[in-house]
Amino acid sequence: MSLLPSDYELSGFFDEMFTRPEDGRVRQHYQRLAEGLAALAPAEFDRRRAAVDAAFLRRGVTFTVYNDAQGTERIFPFDLIPRIIPAAEWRRIEAGLIQRVTALNLFLDDLYHDQKVLKDKIVPPSLILGAKHFRREFMHFTVPRGIYVHICGTDLIRDAAGNYLVLEDNLRCPSGASYMIENRSAMRRALPQVFARYGVRPVEGYTDDLLRALLHLAPEAAEKPTVVLLTPGVHNSAYFEHCFLARQMGIPIVEGRDLVVRDARVYMRTTAGLMPVDVIYRRIDDDFLDPTVFRPDSLLGVPGLIQAYRAGRVALANSIGTGVADDKVIYAYVPRLIQYYLGQDAILPNVNTYLAAEPADRKFILENIERLVVKAANEAGGYGMLIGPASTREECARFRAQVAAQPRNYIAQDPIQLSRSPTWCEGRLEGRHIDLRPYIICGEKTTVTPGGLTRVALRRGSLVVNSSQGGGSKDTWVLQGEN
Amino acid sequence: MNASEPPFLRPQATVMLSRVAHSLYWMSRYIERAENIARLLEVNLQFVSDLPDARASSPNLWEALLLSTGGRELFGQLHGEPGGQAVTEFLAFDLRNADSILSCVYAARENARMIRDQLSLEMWETINELHLLLKASSASSDWAANPAEFFARITRASHLFQGLTACTYSRSEGWEFIQFGKYLERADKTTRILDMKYHILLPVATDVGGALDTAQWQAVLRSASALEAYRRYHVREILPWKAAEFLIFSDSFPRSLHFCAGQVDEFLRRILGETAARPRSGAARSSRRLLGELQSLTIADVLQRGMHEFLVEVRTGLVAISDEVVATTMFYRAESALDEQQQQQQ
Repeated sequence: MSLLPSDYELSGFFDEMFTRPEDGRVRQHYQRLAEGLAALAPAEFDRRRAAVDAAFLRRGVTFTVYNDAQGTERIFPFDLIPRIIPAAEWRRIEAGLIQRVTALNLFLDDLYHDQKVLKDKIVPPSLILGAKHFRREFMHFTVPRGIYVHICGTDLIRDAAGNYLVLEDNLRCPSGASYMIENRSAMRRALPQVFARYGVRPVEGYTDDLLRALLHLAPEAAEKPTVVLLTPGVHNSAYFEHCFLARQMGIPIVEGRDLVVRDARVYMRTTAGLMPVDVIYRRIDDDFLDPTVFRPDSLLGVPGLIQAYRAGRVALANSIGTGVADDKVIYAYVPRLIQYYLGQDAILPNVNTYLAAEPADRKFILENIERLVVKAANEAGGYGMLIGPASTREECARFRAQVAAQPRNYIAQDPIQLSRSPTWCEGRLEGRHIDLRPYIICGEKTTVTPGGLTRVALRRGSLVVNSSQGGGSKDTWVLQGEN
Repeated sequence: MNASEPPFLRPQATVMLSRVAHSLYWMSRYIERAENIARLLEVNLQFVSDLPDARASSPNLWEALLLSTGGRELFGQLHGEPGGQAVTEFLAFDLRNADSILSCVYAARENARMIRDQLSLEMWETINELHLLLKASSASSDWAANPAEFFARITRASHLFQGLTACTYSRSEGWEFIQFGKYLERADKTTRILDMKYHILLPVATDVGGALDTAQWQAVLRSASALEAYRRYHVREILPWKAAEFLIFSDSFPRSLHFCAGQVDEFLRRILGETAARPRSGAARSSRRLLGELQSLTIADVLQRGMHEFLVEVRTGLVAISDEVVATTMFYRAESALDEQQQQQQ
């Protein structure tokens, strides 16, 4: 198979597999993959790719697109060219992620207790106290073992020089870990010879680590703790993942209607009567957990659950109120939080972010607005956002006025860059943009599963890797050694 | 390994959620139902094609099929008079008919998906593949090209599922619910297969025991996969009362009412923890009564009571058993369950 079509685009972005445009050589750690692929005829490669798709469909490794009687489910498109990360590179990522989530956990603990970080003026109080995901009801509540974030998915991207940058943290219910594991098993079947030539670190330990972290939260009184996974149900887009994880951990998967609360104790309805529940790995957002406390119209939750949680009779992972720390303005403060709580420099930098609240940054934003992405603090989902390079003079002027009037409400970032990886597109390899979501688990100790979910934007030129918008995924190989 | 470190124990999933039990039970029933309808359709198609032309065009047979599967009324509303093509499509593909093969397979698969974590990969793949087969755009052309083969594929998928369940599924409470659902559904379908003969009103009395009558009884036996087993048992010929006797009372053939009722009773007692000679629950009493009848009655008793009446009675008994098990294990009130448990602990 001719690996590099003559018109393969190498300029402008960092390519995972090939070096700079001037020479276009295969990077050292991709060498064995290149050899393995060269031995495959394109037709054979295509056959294996089709076999993987068929297996995903047969096994029901799908996500739900929308609800109807026939349940429209799609497979998450999978690309056979893996992303490969050498050991030293991974060690840095791992250290950076552990540092980051440690600081975020300390930050949450501080926010819900003494709020030193606000008193010391590291973070403006207005950002926290008005934030949508700040749960003032849980001020001074002590979460089990003092851990707020048990499962974290942090999205990383690479700039033009190949440096890893943090794009965002997901501290509520990060999803995708099941695809990380299923992708690996697909890869082993699709390219067994290539796989065997590399020493790839396994990702299957994820579910053991997760279960350990969940058991760690069980109330002391529970001798043989019962852990369950709480799902919104079969129509949720991530339902496959909920089943997968529950199955791998050997714990029951429950819906809200399977649980009842009596005397501040959570029980599940079994065929032999009610059974007490000690730890809940919930895949339901805060707002839907308990209709008597949060949204009264929620049918997904369990009336009385919060009461049991407050009484310390049941543990929740992740804790309630973590969303305040993955807010996009708080994001800008994370390097300072690392400095504040740990006295260290951030190992993994943020995307270059400017805070309009600070005079020097504000001046820079106002002067360079047409080259920046500007985001409003309290808006989400693309509202209150300006993409300078793609906007008109008038739009830029309007945002300039808004930033000047309410500097506290705005941040600005350099337009993001995503590295590219060769991806099979209709019979040939083309460069497509990718990101990386590794998974961090905080229990007795903090672990990062060696690997993660590499998402790929399958549309040419697209920087959007979301599965709902034409994104696919790749297996992520973290090597035992350097190549 | 550090000696002081305790071994890492997985919490054993020994308890079964009521919702899971409910889904296992219905998944199993729907698969069995889809298989039975597929077999009924296949046999009826072949039976009709063997008949002389005048009889084949008679709507009688298709009418009987609808009456025995219980879809006559809905069919009437949708289509009017029953004809071969319309009835087959109604029973195979019509999603408005909750008992069509397609509806059953969708329902089985949806139940399986809800409890995907509880099934073995092999079981789930089999249901999912059957679902994909029926959902495929080629399904209706496959069916039109070779209906017998199409229905046989469905039957085979169900058999594969049952074999895989036996080979890959732990003998746990879940197994009991799967078996309970399967045998309950199968008993119900066997009563309906027998009833079909009742609904085919013979034009003249002399037809009883005639060539056509024999052919019909042969079809009835085939609908229950029982023809070969019957022949091994009664070598000589197919006699109506012998065929009925075989399908009702055989104690070894796995689709006979007697055999199914025995299995229903067995799994029901395990599910409800009924160990004593005298049953505690209403469900176990109903089941014991039904089994007792099937153990003690003769075909003469049944014919005297009226075959159709007898079958309706059996079906009513099955519904009562099913309702009671569902109410006791799945839809109990939380307060009363907790009270009872606390009583037991004191």
